[in-house]
Amino acid sequence: MAPTACFNCKEARAVIIRPKNRHKLCRACFIDIFETEVHETIIGTNLFFPGERVAIGASGGKDSTVLAAVLKTLNERYNYGLDLCLLSIDEGIRGYRDDSLETVKRNAVQYEMPLDILGYSELYGWTMDQVVEQVGKKGNCTYCGVFRRQALDRGAARLGIKHVVTGHNADDVAETVMMNLLRGDLPRLSRGTSIVTSSDASDIKRSKPLKYAYEKEIVLYAHHRQLDYFTTECIYSPEAFRGSARTLIKDLEKIRPSSILDIVKSGEDMAALVPVEVRGVGKSKQGEEESAGGCGSQNGRTSGGEMAAMEKELAENDTAESLETEIKIPNGSRVKANRGPTGKAVKVQTIKHCERCNYISSQRICKACTLLDGLNRNRPKTAIEVGVGMEDEESSSTLMRQMERAKLSAT
Amino acid sequence: MADTSNADQGEFPISITVEFTGGLELLFGNERKHKVVLPARLEDGSRPNISYLLKYLVNNLMKDQRIDMFIMEDNVRPGILVLINDADWELEGEETYELQQGDNIVFVSTLHGG
Repeated sequence: MAPTACFNCKEARAVIIRPKNRHKLCRACFIDIFETEVHETIIGTNLFFPGERVAIGASGGKDSTVLAAVLKTLNERYNYGLDLCLLSIDEGIRGYRDDSLETVKRNAVQYEMPLDILGYSELYGWTMDQVVEQVGKKGNCTYCGVFRRQALDRGAARLGIKHVVTGHNADDVAETVMMNLLRGDLPRLSRGTSIVTSSDASDIKRSKPLKYAYEKEIVLYAHHRQLDYFTTECIYSPEAFRGSARTLIKDLEKIRPSSILDIVKSGEDMAALVPVEVRGVGKSKQGEEESAGGCGSQNGRTSGGEMAAMEKELAENDTAESLETEIKIPNGSRVKANRGPTGKAVKVQTIKHCERCNYISSQRICKACTLLDGLNRNRPKTAIEVGVGMEDEESSSTLMRQMERAKLSAT
Repeated sequence: MADTSNADQGEFPISITVEFTGGLELLFGNERKHKVVLPARLEDGSRPNISYLLKYLVNNLMKDQRIDMFIMEDNVRPGILVLINDADWELEGEETYELQQGDNIVFVSTLHGG
């Protein structure tokens, strides 16, 4: 087959077909256009201001590595004047995070950025290895997810940095849109599609500059620039990447590659329909979207059980959900917030601060502290409490294990 | 890529390099690069293409039982990119591409690690 010439320069051999418009590009044009598009996203959304200190949430994986490389390139090319650094979270999983942190350390040298690593052990007093030792391999993702969501914010706060960027890409956003669509969770859908997630209650701003970048192009960008990134599966959740929403997105892409950006666009349009008062409330970062990114395995949070858990939640909230879809409410009306027939308007939360750790939470005690309580007390009763809110299946095995332990220590 | 004429005249086996990255190497004994030698002609007289290579890899190189992490419906699982001599396989005819002496085939998973 004769080589195809690049759509852009008409000279060099095309090596990629862009998913969004099927343009065939050579290596150099692809890299240039990819970077330019991220730049346009940044400029178009006024993402940064000159002199801003920005922490890049870095896992050593492809997305955050590409984000760091592109931001460094653009910062120099267009004089953003950003003070960039890398912020990594060490979940404390030996043989998994150790290796990816080595990658981040190399990235810090390659991109000449300072690196800070913050560990779960330091933040919470527990490594994931220790958590798994206590609760078992089932259900440990719940702990990891809840802990991670707070960790980046806390890390940034510690560094006195008010803006954290993450490597979430278009596929991640599309996945989040699908998940929240299936959940009927419009408030979260609207928050998840936004390039910036900030909260009135927190002074840390979160954003995702790669929001419109296809995962395929991120991987190809990393490949063609020969970036140093690390991939592995989390040893505690080896099959996590087989999430149903993820599979759906990839299948759709195979049939019609533009689907992914179309879903992102649909999400944004739907978000625009969500009344501000619905969108605004529940800005709590507890249970914030964060579909992937931080997790080593691409979508640890959408692993098998999630769909089942979601269906269950849907069934429970059935009545409330049906009301929540009535979004064409005249502005100013707060119908949705109060109309849950059972008083169970779960999606509408008020922002409080956790009484223990002062982190923003919709509850008196934030989820991380609740989980920590359970771990620290190591009593079966707490396992039941934790279990009720989580997947029943998993908590029962946790419970059994903890019962056994209690029995052992009693004798 | 050109010297594929003279089909009958003592054809050499096709020697290619196959690379697995982006987490796929975990399914192949954690080895990224593999040398693979394929017959110049298959039993039905056709030349080995990517479809043939996929079957060959599953039967000969794959160390992991979870075949569906690599193959789905007899083709590469959606979310895994295939590069033929660094070019997206969509530019080369995907699974119908006939392998040439010295080709470099890269399989990159986009499904792992973020």
